[in-house]
Amino acid sequence: MFKKLVMSGSEAIAEAVKLCKPKVLPMFPITPSTLVPERLADFVFDGELDAEMIHVESEHSAASALYGAYATGVRAFTASASNGIALMHEILPIISSARFPAVMSVANRTISGPINIWNDHSDAMSERDQGWIQFYCETAQEAFDTIIMSYKLAEKENISLPVMVCIDGFALSHVYEPLQIEDQKNVDAFLPAYKPKNFLDPKNPKSFGPIAFPNSFFEFHEQEQIAMLEALKEIPKIHTEYKKAFGRKYGNGLIELIEMKDAKYALIANGTSVGTARVVVEKLRGEGKKVGLIKLKTFRPFPAEEIRKACKNLIAIGVIDRHVSLGSEGAITLDMKAALAGEKCKVEGFISGLGGRDIDTTRLEKVFDTLKKGEKGFWLK
Amino acid sequence: MVKEKLKFNKGAVIHEAGSTKKYKTGDWRTFKPSIDQKKCIKCGKCWMNCPDAAIYKDKDGNFQINYDYCKGCLICEKECPVKCITHKVEEK
Repeated sequence: MFKKLVMSGSEAIAEAVKLCKPKVLPMFPITPSTLVPERLADFVFDGELDAEMIHVESEHSAASALYGAYATGVRAFTASASNGIALMHEILPIISSARFPAVMSVANRTISGPINIWNDHSDAMSERDQGWIQFYCETAQEAFDTIIMSYKLAEKENISLPVMVCIDGFALSHVYEPLQIEDQKNVDAFLPAYKPKNFLDPKNPKSFGPIAFPNSFFEFHEQEQIAMLEALKEIPKIHTEYKKAFGRKYGNGLIELIEMKDAKYALIANGTSVGTARVVVEKLRGEGKKVGLIKLKTFRPFPAEEIRKACKNLIAIGVIDRHVSLGSEGAITLDMKAALAGEKCKVEGFISGLGGRDIDTTRLEKVFDTLKKGEKGFWLK
Repeated sequence: MVKEKLKFNKGAVIHEAGSTKKYKTGDWRTFKPSIDQKKCIKCGKCWMNCPDAAIYKDKDGNFQINYDYCKGCLICEKECPVKCITHKVEEK
């Protein structure tokens, strides 16, 4: 039987990780991710989770030990945020190029500076090109469910890529919500024990992490891209399976469409701002306005085809971007413009919520006003 | 260069031991050292100092250079106490 409790987003992640039975937890605390390693340390100390927790000296070491754990052929987990993710930067593409199915949670916090501990997406989005699948969550329950689905996805033979599960720092990591914690037996049935093909074994020696010269690097990188694109097909399948097992799903796992059928203007958002946008869309629909919302759950791989289909009948779409590629535009805006190139739907980018600035209903209504007037996107200060 | 056809194993994992042997690094060489066996006193200093283990002792007890792997660093030439190792610019 499942349990129903009230928990924060961070605790929801720790509970889900426990059910996935990782064997190694190399973890380093950083606000607002700290509650994840804290709860997991409790589980290990209390004997509820049979895992080795490594008290590493930095996030660079956490990511390195995550690589090492996977090289020995066990399931592992780490969590971090902000500058911790930046410190992991060097190791992240090494994990993905080794095709280790690691899972990591990110409590999204802005990257310094100026130093700031609050939420935006600059930490994870700065790592978008490093071969990690990226999911963004709206609720604690979604974070819980996404962790379990992520291990399943990462460990599929045709995927074999690491996954980042992103929750908004404070706005989700520290917000308490009702949470359904599934039974171990049912999780085991959905996510069987990890059976690695390649691991360090004295009886069957293999080399990991060799140098790839110009005559082979290109091909290895291409294999990662093929697996990434394969994930676009695999994610909806795993979502359907999860729905069957536990009764919950989040759109098709790539995107969720809210009031999009006859919409003329829409927003696309990810993370917790989707919750606020739902309220705005509901209110404007009540006033008879034809508005809709796309929730971007999967950011890498980018579901361009699905989005193109969803935007077919739109006049304009506003992108709520919590990260800006300085000197260019918001990260999602750039992908949206590429996805909708040649379509009649206009894309306007709205840089929002940097360093924890509120994204409230008034601001989002302003976005719809701007789209309706045919005006340009702006920084939603 | 590796002469056999390349295999792109997932995750760049190498499934056999000792595969580095197949990678002939001799073609990186700019300077080609050679040993004058008449002057050589068989002290083994070149053999000990070669960073690539490209110097070996043949069955007659003479030190020889394996040009499949010698990268031409000339440490052997510098270390030889009787100056029996000299080099030329590699011609290919």
